[in-house]
Amino acid sequence: MYVYDDFDRTLVDERVREFRDQVARRLSGELTEEEFKPLRLMNGVYLQLHAYMLRIAIPYGTLSSAQLRTLAHVARRYDRDYGHFTTRQNVQFNWIKLEELPDAMADLADAGLHGMQTSGNCVRNITTDQWAGVAPGEIEDPRLWAELLRQHLTLHPEFSFLPRKFKIALTASAHDRAAVRVHDIGLRMHRNGAGETGFEVIVGGGLGRTPFIGKTIKPFLPKRDLLSYVEAILRTYNQYGRRDNIYKARIKILVHELGAEKFAREVEEEWQSIRDGALALDPAVVAEIATRFRYPDHELLDDNPPELRKARTEDKRFRLWLDNSVANHRLPGHAIVTLSLKPEGEPPGDATARQMDAIADLADRYSFGEIRVGHEQNLALPHVAQRDLPALWRALDEIGLATPNVNLISDIIACPGLDYCSLANARSIPVAEEITRRFKDLDLAHSLGRLHINISGCINACGHHHIGHIGILGVEKNGEEYYQVTVGGRADENAELGKILGPAVPYGEIADVVEDIAAAYLELRERPDELFVDTVKRLGVEPFKERVYATR
Amino acid sequence: MTSPLQQKLKVTGPVVITANRLGDGAVVYRSSDGTWTTELAAAAVVTTTPAATELLTAALADRLRAVDAYVAPVQVSEQGVRPGNLREWIRCNGPTVAFPGQR
Repeated sequence: MYVYDDFDRTLVDERVREFRDQVARRLSGELTEEEFKPLRLMNGVYLQLHAYMLRIAIPYGTLSSAQLRTLAHVARRYDRDYGHFTTRQNVQFNWIKLEELPDAMADLADAGLHGMQTSGNCVRNITTDQWAGVAPGEIEDPRLWAELLRQHLTLHPEFSFLPRKFKIALTASAHDRAAVRVHDIGLRMHRNGAGETGFEVIVGGGLGRTPFIGKTIKPFLPKRDLLSYVEAILRTYNQYGRRDNIYKARIKILVHELGAEKFAREVEEEWQSIRDGALALDPAVVAEIATRFRYPDHELLDDNPPELRKARTEDKRFRLWLDNSVANHRLPGHAIVTLSLKPEGEPPGDATARQMDAIADLADRYSFGEIRVGHEQNLALPHVAQRDLPALWRALDEIGLATPNVNLISDIIACPGLDYCSLANARSIPVAEEITRRFKDLDLAHSLGRLHINISGCINACGHHHIGHIGILGVEKNGEEYYQVTVGGRADENAELGKILGPAVPYGEIADVVEDIAAAYLELRERPDELFVDTVKRLGVEPFKERVYATR
Repeated sequence: MTSPLQQKLKVTGPVVITANRLGDGAVVYRSSDGTWTTELAAAAVVTTTPAATELLTAALADRLRAVDAYVAPVQVSEQGVRPGNLREWIRCNGPTVAFPGQR
């Protein structure tokens, strides 16, 4: 966990006082909505279909048990008893009253939580691998670098009014769990030929209306240059990014129109003028920030202890969960446990206040009080001793958080869609719920293997449909909900955009279409371990298209 | 000067004026006496562009009680007034899905 210092606490407390004053002035009529709207957005407050929505940043997806209890408290006291974990490692409350928002924000601030830069044309919450610091084979914990960027880019005056929002993600593992190639800036830590650690810098990725896979403009950036190079990218974007057309304002459009090489040259020129200035990272400063990350004092344990072997042998349900939801830790005798927020027939990514409190208790008991949030809208306990896995599983099962469907077809990523969002054209949640019902047979889901479905209720793509193995995009046609389907997208180190299967289908048929695609895959794959995306890659979309549209 | 919204406004059926209440964001409808109500049944229903424009202009002038007023279609039958499309149905009746843990 990163421990905030007095500077951080003062910043957050001051922002709450400011916002309390702004809300009072809005409610009294002193501020108009036009004046107030940008102020509330700077604090993550949106006005959605039914109510105000508050988005809270969870920097690099790391939460303490105390913070999760505070989220449970906010859900219970100010909202309708639940929260929604998003694809950007944030959490959203859907029913907050403007009149009560300052109090809710004050309670959040007490736990070091806030909504700053979760909206607006600024650098948003910086995301990373939810297994950062614990993943086997990881080069180093990327959260230190995410924290450096967070500190530098929070309330950065030059970058508070960019042409459009700006999203940065980091990973330090070979397997990319942070989707760095579809971010405005993606940073992949790796070692160069000399054995030094640095960053591959990828720019201009993104989804939304015009999706792009990012381009590498710097194969290796030394760590000392991280802030200056990111600053140079942001300056170049700030100068040349389009402000005349909101649909062409993201950096991906600039990189595409200039070309990656020319964009890289512009960045390089800017960078050369600042790289040895104040932003060159002093190792002493980096070391000081590193000391604020407190790591658990893990026991020295052996892998596969007797308690685990016994439960694995005796209990088939435990074994199923263990094989699906538990991953290797970098240390022997420990494990990373993913908590599926995708039970059958429930909204993806939602957790009740009761569940949040229970997870916080389990984190204290089994994971050194630490919880992670992944962009797949699941949670993780990153430091569980393997001997505790049977007891943890029983506790999770009691509160509905042990569905063994992680990375399977029912582990669906979905935006809130038309049930909540004022931008949406079609619903996402009931589509996801219906698909989870169709694939509730875990034997079937497991036989399909790793298969990610992503659902967005509009072209803004908050559900990342372009990079779903099966992507579903809700559109509106003559007042009716239709869904366009793509296949073959992927978010990992081999990121690709999915290809459109054919004409959009109506609401009542979309779950049938997913079943058809799944059935076609089972027939078409060369062997049981050929993943769905690999089958699509090998055969293209045609065989799936034929299957889906043969009777439509 | 006519706002772009008013310039584009073309009413071809029954409509109401709807917005979100400032204090809590709740969905509200403009009633004929110039107040806001959470009940669609109590909303003023108009069927012509001039009438909708007049109602919307008055609603937009109320900068304190409601936010982002706009014209929304409704269906009127013997059973009363109902939302005219899915988006408005959801705004009127709430999400079409149960809250987590309440199924």
